[in-house]
Amino acid sequence: MAASETSKETILRYAFGNVLSFFILVLIGVLAFSIRLFSVIKYESVIHEFDPYFNYRVTQYLTKNGIYDFWNWFDDRTWYPLGRVIGGTVYPGLTLTAGTIWWLLSSLNIPLSVETVCVFTAPIFSAFASWATYLLTKEVKGAGAGLMAAALLAMVPSYISRSVAGSYDNEAVAIFALIFTFYLYIKTLNTGSLFYATLNAIAYFYMVCSWGGYTFIINLIPMHVLLCIVTGRYSSRLYIAYAPLVVLGTLLASLVPVVGFNAVMTSEHFASFLVFIIIHVVALVYYIKGILSPKMFKVAVTFVVSIGVVVCGAVLAVLIALVASSPTKGWSGRSLSLLDPTYASKYIPIIASVSEHQPPTWPSYFMDINVLAFLVPAGIIACFSPLSDASSFVILYIVTSVYFSGVMVRLMLVLAPAACIMSGIALSAAFDVFTRSIKFQLPGATENSERDAGETSSNSVVAQNDVAKTEKNEDAVKERPSKKNRKKEKEKENVEKPSVKSQIKKKLLILPLEASIIAIFLLVLLGAFYVVHCVWAAAEAYSAPSIVLTSHSHDGLHVFDDFREAYAWLSHNTEVDDKVASWWDYGYQTTAMANRTVIVDNNTWNNTHIATVGTAMSSPEKAAWEIFNSLDVKYVLVVFGGLVGYPSDDINKFLWMVRIGGGVFPHIKEPDYLRDGQYRIDSQATPTMLNCLMYKLSYYRFVETDGKAFDRVRRTEIGKKYFKLTHFEEVFTTHHWMVRIYKLKPPKNRIRGRAKKSKSKASSTTGTKRIGTKKKNPWH
Amino acid sequence: MRSASEHDKVEGFPVHFALNLVLVSSESRSKVLLAMARSTSKDAQALLHSFRSAYAATPTNLKIIDLYVGFAVFTALIQIAYIAIVGSFPFNAFLSGLLSCIGTAVLAVCLRIQVNRENKEFKDLPPERAFADFVLCNLVLHLVIMNFLG
Repeated sequence: MAASETSKETILRYAFGNVLSFFILVLIGVLAFSIRLFSVIKYESVIHEFDPYFNYRVTQYLTKNGIYDFWNWFDDRTWYPLGRVIGGTVYPGLTLTAGTIWWLLSSLNIPLSVETVCVFTAPIFSAFASWATYLLTKEVKGAGAGLMAAALLAMVPSYISRSVAGSYDNEAVAIFALIFTFYLYIKTLNTGSLFYATLNAIAYFYMVCSWGGYTFIINLIPMHVLLCIVTGRYSSRLYIAYAPLVVLGTLLASLVPVVGFNAVMTSEHFASFLVFIIIHVVALVYYIKGILSPKMFKVAVTFVVSIGVVVCGAVLAVLIALVASSPTKGWSGRSLSLLDPTYASKYIPIIASVSEHQPPTWPSYFMDINVLAFLVPAGIIACFSPLSDASSFVILYIVTSVYFSGVMVRLMLVLAPAACIMSGIALSAAFDVFTRSIKFQLPGATENSERDAGETSSNSVVAQNDVAKTEKNEDAVKERPSKKNRKKEKEKENVEKPSVKSQIKKKLLILPLEASIIAIFLLVLLGAFYVVHCVWAAAEAYSAPSIVLTSHSHDGLHVFDDFREAYAWLSHNTEVDDKVASWWDYGYQTTAMANRTVIVDNNTWNNTHIATVGTAMSSPEKAAWEIFNSLDVKYVLVVFGGLVGYPSDDINKFLWMVRIGGGVFPHIKEPDYLRDGQYRIDSQATPTMLNCLMYKLSYYRFVETDGKAFDRVRRTEIGKKYFKLTHFEEVFTTHHWMVRIYKLKPPKNRIRGRAKKSKSKASSTTGTKRIGTKKKNPWH
Repeated sequence: MRSASEHDKVEGFPVHFALNLVLVSSESRSKVLLAMARSTSKDAQALLHSFRSAYAATPTNLKIIDLYVGFAVFTALIQIAYIAIVGSFPFNAFLSGLLSCIGTAVLAVCLRIQVNRENKEFKDLPPERAFADFVLCNLVLHLVIMNFLG
């Protein structure tokens, strides 16, 4: 009777627990969605930044023209005159996801615009990501840790920064795919089921479609398999988890056009093949060991070792020769810059110049993962008791992601789920200890403790599944042959003795009542601080769309909408086929919003083309006109923040233009633009700097604003205040002078032969000497 | 050239042969080498014999799966020989062919692991479920192959 009562109670408790955790998960999803809506509330439902505009344009094309045209799309509106093969160079996961959602909704007659779907894709997938974190942590440690980790991930600022509503970038879906792939891998590892292995491969395919960071998965999983083999944890479940993934995963990765044959030819994937071979060798060794007697096994080992060493040596020599013959040893530039953080600054200035590729500072760790930064070590320790395959995987994940996040600030995003999982495990273990201490010391505890002996030991010892299994088998009544019953009773006795022992040990591990109550209160307070910080970070720091700027001053709120003003002007006042040249930052926005052809954009795949534009910006007016004319450019766009104090304008980025241009065209030398190693634009600036196109286009007529030409960003008066443009004419300047558009002047129709007096209308102050030149000069 | 000492024992070989590596004259040296070769061949034969007898004890269904794995690997080797002779164009066809062979071999090995009744970890997995998973995974694999084959 007591047994059935306790069994009913346990079933009721399980049911109640499941329903409660379901509601908690729904709430976590709603939380993850709504905390990302600050940008929509404070600004508007608009796409942010630069890269999302490209993804938005591609999604527009997909929804308008269908998937076949999208797959084969050659874009001639960008990288003029080269064009770009969109189908082969874009990661299609994000656009296909948003396009599918739009198509589904519109087929259900829910008319949402493509922009709305794009803006809200990221919050929806962050809710999915927190549910995936719950599943992953549940596999590692249990449901309590899972709920904790999911709640932490829903709010962690580092993930919010790349997935806020409007940030329509690859990471919005890629983080969900990453966590889900890891969850399926751990699930396959724990259960050994080939079904989950198939699902794992399909989830990995979705990850490859979504983000270039998939190489993290295909290197982390082999590393973990190697770790398991080396620490003696090889089992057939490991083989089932890994081997089908490699074969299916490589095939599926080659299906994505942007990866293609790189899936078998680049060094980023070689680790997986190497471990594939290693795991087969290990599996064979275990199989033969199981079949042969120990003496024969030793003989076999000597044979194989002597022959195998020779063969392996030969194969390795061939492989090393192949790999060493390529200059970068087969790695791509971005991966090399991850492994060697100083590589990019030495060899590839473009990669070094991207702001997201800079290493993070210490405060950014506390800004981005806050409280989790010191819960992670506690979580690592909690993972060691007991150490299972799944917890060793999570430990490896956090260690590698901490290293990579130290190299590139963009990869703090990969650290965030690992930190949440670890902190969830730590907090859950801490709450476990404290609540158990309180429970065992409450007044009515001692009577219930004997009855609950079975349940508590099986509930609290979550990782020891066999204990729970024997308890459950004891509760459920099944027909079994007597021999098995006897074996089970013996097993139960053996298990109960250690369970009673562990229960006694746990009773000794409990803390005093007051201490645990205070400790629980403090932990809840810690959580409250975390929540407050996350909400503040989401509201103030990460919601800015960066295409609309606001500032608060004594007379209210100022809104700077200059970018869209400029793009709208371009789209209304220029011909459809006009080419616009600007620095590569603004390429995506120009094609998406102004619908004009650009020369270079944020994809930065062609360094020489970008260097050409950089050289043009750094040259004097005439040389720049020549370069732009050769590219059929009609309009030049420059971003200038000196009037309002906008710090990310082109003058601040100018040195990168010089460096990248100088990397390809040696006549551009960076020291020419610096006075004593300092970059200045005031009266002490070098003549090369004062005559270059960027200076002129930024500061043309700037003196008319306040009479003194005081640059609010550089905090100084500019060097050359009064000058005229000879080869360009200003056609538009936005309200706050943030975007300035110039048109290339066409060459004069009549060439008046020899150069006459210097009194011409458009005399430039470059002071070019034309004495004795016989060249035909169309400008004089 | 140094004389053999006590810690020059070679693992797996009978002890007295190691001690006999003292070189007195070339005749005895060749005799010793011949004896060594004979012992290694005897060991190899003993090894093969024990392996064969142990393998004969495996159930028939597992042997069928092993045969299937061997056939898949053999097909893969034929493809590699072909690419060595004729060249690798079109590369995607080669890749899909090779990976389909390796893929079916790997999946068959997984099936064998799950169906093997001596395997403690899978004793409550019904073999029908294992086979159903195997079929599903093969379906996905071949769908991808046919798409990639071009």
